[in-house]
Amino acid sequence: MIGLAHVYVIGGVFFAACAWFSARDRSNPKRFFSAAFWALLAVSFLAGDRLGDLGNGLLVVGLVVVAALGMGRSTQPTSTPEERRASAQRHRDRLFAVALVIPASTFAGTLLAKQTRWGARLIDPAQATLVSLVLGVLLAIAVAQLWLRFARSRREILLPLREGRRLLESVGWAAILPQMLASLGVVFLASGVGTQVGRLFSEHLTLGTRLAAVAAYAGGMALFTMLMGNAFAAFPVMTAAVGLPVVVRQFGGEPAVVCAIGMLSGFCGTLMTPMAANFNIVPANLLELPDRDAPFNAVIRTQIPTAIPLLAANILLMWWLAWR
Amino acid sequence: MSLLGIAVLVLGFVLRANPLLIVLAAALVTGMAAAWTPDANPSTLAHAATATLEAFGKAFNANRYVSVVWLVLAAIGMLERLGLQERAREWIAGVRAATVGRLLGVYFLLRQITAAVGLTSLGGQAQMVRPLIAPMAEGAAEARSGPLPDRVRHMIRAHCAAADNIALFFGEDIFIAIASILLIKGFLEQSGVEVQPFDLSRWAIPTALAALAIHGVRLARLDRKLQRMVERSAGPR
Repeated sequence: MIGLAHVYVIGGVFFAACAWFSARDRSNPKRFFSAAFWALLAVSFLAGDRLGDLGNGLLVVGLVVVAALGMGRSTQPTSTPEERRASAQRHRDRLFAVALVIPASTFAGTLLAKQTRWGARLIDPAQATLVSLVLGVLLAIAVAQLWLRFARSRREILLPLREGRRLLESVGWAAILPQMLASLGVVFLASGVGTQVGRLFSEHLTLGTRLAAVAAYAGGMALFTMLMGNAFAAFPVMTAAVGLPVVVRQFGGEPAVVCAIGMLSGFCGTLMTPMAANFNIVPANLLELPDRDAPFNAVIRTQIPTAIPLLAANILLMWWLAWR
Repeated sequence: MSLLGIAVLVLGFVLRANPLLIVLAAALVTGMAAAWTPDANPSTLAHAATATLEAFGKAFNANRYVSVVWLVLAAIGMLERLGLQERAREWIAGVRAATVGRLLGVYFLLRQITAAVGLTSLGGQAQMVRPLIAPMAEGAAEARSGPLPDRVRHMIRAHCAAADNIALFFGEDIFIAIASILLIKGFLEQSGVEVQPFDLSRWAIPTALAALAIHGVRLARLDRKLQRMVERSAGPR
């Protein structure tokens, strides 16, 4: 059965290859910092379970130090636009077909692992989506080689790793921010940060009307999500602080409506924060936007005019629907 | 005292420090603040810092699956090298009715509907936006207005990323087996409140429609805005 352990080995090999190509990339003045970052991540994926908790903690310190020192930018030329246009002419719509292999196998693999007995024997049902995604990537590369013959020489067989490295470098340190935030959530939970915030709210805020309570809960969800980078970390804190004690218990709002719309108010916050790296920083890097390093880059600035009216809509919807 | 960690997040945000650094500092400060008493000696605090680093390392190792998704970059990079973006550009140029606003409107709706039935992995910034949606949107704009000034090109790209995010966020909660719905149900259960996942997902629909309406209006006006930007930069200086 293919499970997380195998996926981590494949991931580790990919990151190790990225470290290797980064170290040899003379176009990047800080190539060794970049290589060190991906090498540390490769160690985490290949040997994380054998490092011990302190070892993993020190590995994180290493990743953070390298990222803070700066990883530079590669200016290594890839293929020219003319080469790519010629290749597009040659392969035409077969390129779309290969691109669709990944989502199609993610979907099919997840379905098979969860619904059929032999599928569950092949793919760990608990991690079905992730395993299927990785298998889909490998399948897409295999299909591309068999059908489009991208590699005509032995050197070219490494093309997916080379090109993957190029894209991964453009994502940069933002690649591990979601993993870091998940870990911060664990530390916050263990230290009782949630109950503290709750006390702060209940001691300093008097919410006299339904609308004020709803606005404090939804607005607090958005704000706390902006700080934590994801609504999942904000939800237990704000719901224990305001949602349940005030909106539901004191005013009698319906819990399903309050919580469903409360979570979606948090998502409005996700649209407005650079801490939500995978949604807001990664695309700015991948799309090579000139202001990608600014705290409020073009992606966030494009999302704010939708996020704010939508937050207001959420407050009104909760106010109308929780007391039908 | 344990709120100091949140203060570190805010401070780091204001000072524009590297977010990875902010997150690690916030974790260490939180752990040390929890152990702090007026007569705590340095070795107690050092011990608390080590214990927090261990807890963080353990959580980091357990959450590696979050970063597995980057493997798709190998396949996407390969396809880009083979001309996928160029092909997407050409293809959309052959569709007469295509404009940036219409393309993103259709993508928004499809992304929201597929997310609502649980197919969240059909889209995404690395899988869809960079290799397909952004080149198509640029190609559609080029087919109408000729070569694009950089400002317009970057604005189109940012809109592609935004459409993917917004449609995903306000579609996925309609599906009952999505992580956030399970988190809400689990949290409420612990607090002694019983809710059905179906009720939670049902009440995600009004917000989904509001998101469609608000962003739909913005996309409907996008083409005219882009056209004005192109004309202004091409006009007499």
